[in-house]
Amino acid sequence: MSTAKAIVKKPRPKYYDLNLMNLPLAGLVSIFHRITGIILFLFFIPAALYITQSSLSSEFNFQHWKSIFAHPIVKLIIIGFIWAYVHHFCAGIRYLVMDMHIAMEKNKARISAQVVLIAGIVITAFIGWKIW
Amino acid sequence: MVAAKVDRTPVGAHYGLKGWLMQRVTAVIMVVFTLVLIGLLISSGDVNFASWKALFRNTAFRVLTLLFLFSLYLHAFVGARDIIMDYVKPAGLKLMLQMGVIVFLVACTIWSVSILWS
Repeated sequence: MSTAKAIVKKPRPKYYDLNLMNLPLAGLVSIFHRITGIILFLFFIPAALYITQSSLSSEFNFQHWKSIFAHPIVKLIIIGFIWAYVHHFCAGIRYLVMDMHIAMEKNKARISAQVVLIAGIVITAFIGWKIW
Repeated sequence: MVAAKVDRTPVGAHYGLKGWLMQRVTAVIMVVFTLVLIGLLISSGDVNFASWKALFRNTAFRVLTLLFLFSLYLHAFVGARDIIMDYVKPAGLKLMLQMGVIVFLVACTIWSVSILWS
């Protein structure tokens, strides 16, 4: 017991593979879940509150926001946010399903991760097409 | 001497259970709200200022929206805490970030109420 303290930890080499493409699909779903969560937290919440408040304040402001949202670059940004929301949503449902011990096997988890990634893109593309 | 019974669980299977459960319950509430909102968007035609205003005069919609926002803030709190715990090592910085998150979310809560009931 007392000798354990005396052992000096030898510095171990660390190999971080930061290339996201080398992550397994479930890992990709997970890291995107975190990144989209941060994006929604930092940008979506304050922007949504501000725009809702402003657009409700007067007819003029409402039309102002309507014209801003008609801009193609703004639409692209909105589509980016929609992807963040949709991916976070789908990945979250995957976790809720797994909490019920459904599709826990490696194979099924891999398929569900694939479904989440594809669903995120397909649903976003559909909404993007609708609002364009 | 009778030891004071203090519920202190720094580690173990139950540590974080409340946060975990909170994350799930709020998630389900937000899923329901999102689906309701999509339904509203599909059923309503072109949104103009009058219909936008009318929507926010509807008490049921206000209550549902506030429920969604409260869920969102609790969900964001647990999520931000998890991320900070995972990636931020220095205790001082960790505390500062967590305080920042709490202040931000409390401010958002007050702001949300003022938007919905002003």
